Amino acid sequence: MSEFVQVLLSGLSTGSIYALAAIGFTLLWQAAQTVNFAQGEFVVLPGFAVLVGLKWFGLPLWASLLFGLVLAVLVLGFLFKRVVVDPMLPNVGLPLIIATMALSSFLKEAMKLSYGAEAQPFPDLFPQTTLDVAGAVISVQDMMNLAISVTIVILLTLFLNRTRTGRCMQATAQNPAVAQILGVDTQRMVLYAFLINAALAALASFLISPVFLAKFSNGEQLGLIAFIAAIIGGFNQIRGAIAGGLLLGVLDNMTATYVTAQYRAAVPLVLLIAIIMWRPYGLFGTSEGRQV
Amino acid sequence: MTARQGVLSALFLAALIVAPLGQGNYVIYTLCSWLIFGIAAMGLNLTLGYAGQISLAQASFMAIGAYTTALLTLSGAPWIVGMLAGCTLSFVVGLLLGFPALRVQGHFLAFVTLAFNTLVFLVTRNEDWLTGGALGLSGMDRPKFWFLDTARQLPFYYFTLVVFLIAAGLMWGIVRSPWGRAFRALRENPIRAESLGLDRRLITLLAFAIGSAYGGLAGALVSPLVQFIEPGSFALVHSLRILLMVVVGGAGFFFGPILGAGVVVLLPEVLRFTEGYYLIIYSGLVVVLMIFRPTGLIGLWDRVRDKIRPQRKVRGDMQQGAQL
Repeated sequence: MSEFVQVLLSGLSTGSIYALAAIGFTLLWQAAQTVNFAQGEFVVLPGFAVLVGLKWFGLPLWASLLFGLVLAVLVLGFLFKRVVVDPMLPNVGLPLIIATMALSSFLKEAMKLSYGAEAQPFPDLFPQTTLDVAGAVISVQDMMNLAISVTIVILLTLFLNRTRTGRCMQATAQNPAVAQILGVDTQRMVLYAFLINAALAALASFLISPVFLAKFSNGEQLGLIAFIAAIIGGFNQIRGAIAGGLLLGVLDNMTATYVTAQYRAAVPLVLLIAIIMWRPYGLFGTSEGRQV
Repeated sequence: MTARQGVLSALFLAALIVAPLGQGNYVIYTLCSWLIFGIAAMGLNLTLGYAGQISLAQASFMAIGAYTTALLTLSGAPWIVGMLAGCTLSFVVGLLLGFPALRVQGHFLAFVTLAFNTLVFLVTRNEDWLTGGALGLSGMDRPKFWFLDTARQLPFYYFTLVVFLIAAGLMWGIVRSPWGRAFRALRENPIRAESLGLDRRLITLLAFAIGSAYGGLAGALVSPLVQFIEPGSFALVHSLRILLMVVVGGAGFFFGPILGAGVVVLLPEVLRFTEGYYLIIYSGLVVVLMIFRPTGLIGLWDRVRDKIRPQRKVRGDMQQGAQL
């Protein structure tokens, strides 16, 4: 029983980080109708930016994290939109998908060439201690990761539902033409979606890098998981992405512990195929109508 | 086919026949892999360029073809039997995979095939008893016919070339049959095509299954070419590479994927002098190409030609490969 609780909690912790990446994914889908195949690299790159701040500029940890966040928002948010997405906007779809695939290998190679192919240790953000709760050994790091991700998600939901800007973003996602007629600056709202996606990716990166270490090729797996989480939950719903991320994190841990370690990577894929067959709009999605 | 296209095709064919003469084994090997990936890309082009569906599993169909051929030839069957079995299996798997995915609109086939590719990778890596696991299979004999032994590199190239030409000829026929025109009708204007009585789902499904069979054929050629197959050769990256070939060349153009396969297979060799930088240069070029010329290299060529010698304008919706 105590082992079950341990496995469950650490699964929830990784799952909540997947959820952050998956939410960013959904936001981009809403804003630009694009599937960002570089999302995995988006979650790896900020970690390297932090390492650059620490090692090359000799900044303290908090300043390096800030540096990583700002750089991510600028490069992965603003520049990504201006340089890659905007010029293609009239005909999104396939060319944009291919462009993000190429961007993914571009970023991966750039990280490998500039920082080496080996996994880099990443500073711990939280004490590496464990708590003993009723026989179960619970890591403080896992708990903090879970708490921070949940806080971020709550703040984001409040922003989208309670503030004027957030509601304008929803309007833009649901019906850009009407939103524009009603005086919403839709271009600006789309830009916000890109910036938020970059920030979410950066935060996910800071939380996951101490666990997975910073490695140029980590993005392949992270991107695929984020992508599957978003689809399982329902591509047009934030809460869907959260549920999808948590579900995948827990399932992954449970399969590895109780069923088979060889096929643990197959579980999300089988789940994905099953969901597409029976509920193509996802667990929480609705077949029509889009929502942020 | 216009006279000019005929002359160009003949020149291209002549170049393909002359190209390997007097070259080393490595060059011939690279040319062979161009032709093989050309076949796989041609198949994907049917799915993507003509039927408008993204498939990210072409490499896994190559895996199905390659493993089927390898297992059958290792147990003593002739290559042609292995090849036919591989293509049939790919076709059937394509039908089974596409059937549920194409039930829903949108690019769900992309997601299903993405997952399928990784699943095939996991199965080939973990089921040691059948596929040899991570070590793979090796020691497949090259096909031997009563007049030709392809054990040496040059005869094998000509054998590959013949298979390639047969596959291309078949594709040419498919695309130009009334049935192939239905693909394009669906891509350009699905509502009108359906109102004329075309079954969108059935035709798209068949396009995907035939495209998958072409992947199986390419795999059946990989197995005797390399004489060693392992799961890593058919991972998701290779599916993305094949997709890249189709898009870089020009999706929806008959010669697009062949050109694209050439670029994707040969460019790394050309950029070899840049040492470790070729992937980054290459992916950067693809991003730039997609931003400025989403119709691929063939589209780029048309534009250059229009600058030099303007052609009669074709209505946008009548153009080949106009919209994806």
